[in-house]
Amino acid sequence: MYRYDKYDQAMVDARVEEFRDQARRRIEGHLTDDQFKPLRLKNGLYLQLHAYMLRVAIPYGTFDSRQMRKLAHIARTYDRGYGHFTTRQNIQYNWIKLEEAADLLGELATVEMHAIQTSGESVRNISADQYAGAAADEIIDPRPWCEMIRQMTTFMPEFSYLPRKFKIAVIASKVDRAALRWHDFALRIVKNDAGEIGFEVYAGGGMGRTPFIAFKIRDFLPTDQIFSYLQAVLRVWNRNARRDNIHKQRMKILVHELGEEEFARQVEEEFQHFLTLATDFPQAEYDRIAAYFAPPPFEQGLSDEIDRSDPEFALWVDRQTVAHKAPGYAIANISLKPIGGIPGDISADQMDLVADLAERYSFDEIRATHAQNLVLPHVRKQDLYAVWQALTEAGLADVNLDLVTDIIACPGLDYCSLANARSIPLAQKIAERFADRQRQQDLGELKIKISGCINACGHHHAGNIGILGVDKKGSESYQLLLGGSGDEETSQAKITGPGFDENGIVDAIERTVERYRAIREPGERFIDTYRRVGMDQFKEAIYG
Amino acid sequence: MVDRNPVAGGPGGGPGTLEPAPGGERDWLRFRDDPAPDEPAVTLDAFLDQSNAGSVRLEAGDDVRRLGPVLDRLRLVEVDFPRFRDGRGFSSARVLREMGYTGEIKATGDVLVDLIYFMRRCGFDSFAPNVPFNREDVNAAMSRYPYVYQPAADDAVPIWKLRHPDLANG
Ligand code: SF4
Repeated sequence: MYRYDKYDQAMVDARVEEFRDQARRRIEGHLTDDQFKPLRLKNGLYLQLHAYMLRVAIPYGTFDSRQMRKLAHIARTYDRGYGHFTTRQNIQYNWIKLEEAADLLGELATVEMHAIQTSGESVRNISADQYAGAAADEIIDPRPWCEMIRQMTTFMPEFSYLPRKFKIAVIASKVDRAALRWHDFALRIVKNDAGEIGFEVYAGGGMGRTPFIAFKIRDFLPTDQIFSYLQAVLRVWNRNARRDNIHKQRMKILVHELGEEEFARQVEEEFQHFLTLATDFPQAEYDRIAAYFAPPPFEQGLSDEIDRSDPEFALWVDRQTVAHKAPGYAIANISLKPIGGIPGDISADQMDLVADLAERYSFDEIRATHAQNLVLPHVRKQDLYAVWQALTEAGLADVNLDLVTDIIACPGLDYCSLANARSIPLAQKIAERFADRQRQQDLGELKIKISGCINACGHHHAGNIGILGVDKKGSESYQLLLGGSGDEETSQAKITGPGFDENGIVDAIERTVERYRAIREPGERFIDTYRRVGMDQFKEAIYG
Repeated sequence: MVDRNPVAGGPGGGPGTLEPAPGGERDWLRFRDDPAPDEPAVTLDAFLDQSNAGSVRLEAGDDVRRLGPVLDRLRLVEVDFPRFRDGRGFSSARVLREMGYTGEIKATGDVLVDLIYFMRRCGFDSFAPNVPFNREDVNAAMSRYPYVYQPAADDAVPIWKLRHPDLANG
């Protein structure tokens, strides 16, 4: 894992002091909330319905036990004993006091963490494949590039006020576990015919009220030109985007208005210009960063056998673990989706337990996923039983990875000042409806995603089944969408028809799911069946 | 090699002085040693039409590259920020410096004191905000960050060069 040197530490420390000063000016009344807002938003601090919410960056979803214990400490000291993992591989705290926020950031800085650019009109925290460095199918560990891009995009002077937020994702395998093409700018690491590593580049994706799937803007970008290219993209957008309507300022809208070809042409022109400025980071800096991501010392000669005599354990292994690139190791997924729980929520005690397990069994590494779960990336197969037992005791051993109860949900009306409807209670109701284990297993992979408003933080556009909270004459109502996906065959979900109330939507989902069960062909997942038969079959089941 | 960021005292400017604006109505901040141009700035279209003007005023949506052919008769470019959220002016300033312009670039309008450090890095060297800055806030903002992660339009040495002094040759 990357470690800060004195430069990184000095930058984060300086940011804490800057914020401390700004918060003081606000508290003493020298700044109005209007003046303070853009400053706090550059530090992940939102004013929500009941309190301030702070979003802490977990760069590319990778962190360690020391950091997790600090997050637990923060949950206990500054919040109500909980944290909430988000769809951006970050963690949020919902009950923060402005007076304490600078101290909180100061504590984060002691474990090389921050909340820089986790909100506001800036380049946000970079997403990555949560199995990076462990996945059997990756070309190379993408995280050194993520870290390099993190540094390139921290406090970029020219892009101090972008038209809107800008989200980047990086993966290095064919299978897409990071919803790549739903990002403003996305890189897939590939090898060309000459065996060189480069980036396949996508641009202009995003959810929100006008969803677009990113288009491929370049087949192959040499890795040592990434900073030039990124600056070119940002400059074309920064100079040309509309500034008169906040809903039309994301880069996807500019791409749409100019057309992909013209956008690509302008980027290419600006890119050639940036190359002449020689601002790219040198190979030596990549090498320095990559050394931190050297594979951990995997033991050789381990057996791949797993003792499956405990049937409960065997079920967990089959659903929650994934192939690792090192023989004798597995990737273990920890569900943060207990039936009836709040998706992504975790208590301080549970955080400590996960930290202990990571330290003892996973080379001190933890990952946060965009599906709001956690991962222990490097567990010896012979240790899986002990890990499972500890998780079971902590209430973290649910068996539902990618199943109908592994629901993504945004905070919704329970916390969010922009919400039209509640997301969390609905997620709980759906999970309870489908709680039966056998039924879940039988239904197989089925991704439900819930957003409390059109901003789509719950990724409803990418849900196999998506749910969108809308305000219908002052009462909460939900639209149902089908057919979305964030994987390598990215697709956008479509609205089925008229919306439902809270009970109605759960029934409608059940009718949808039962229709799938009735018509699926052997081996078909829900999304496969939907793609084969289309919307009408399901509409008929839902509306009769 | 300098192990501190030299932005505040960059080329063509000392630590920055607060001086009365030519019109006299408010304080403005300037990081240049040469006398301030005092002719009124004209719009981009007017400037391109008029061969004798030396100062131009760029609105946020203006294409700064149109000034490319006439840089040698320019002494002052005012870049307006209609709202602090409108960041187009940051690119305008950096593009001007990339084109080789060495005259004054003044930020006007809704300018946040907390961002002047980043504006300096883009090439701005004077500030005439709607609401006057206070000296303490200016000093705090300019001395906040000890290093920079990336090159821009100033002479600050990016962290990666400090990390690899053997590589850095300028
Ligand atoms: S989708 Fe809407 S309700 Fe949900 S968190 Fe985002 S802004 Fe809030």
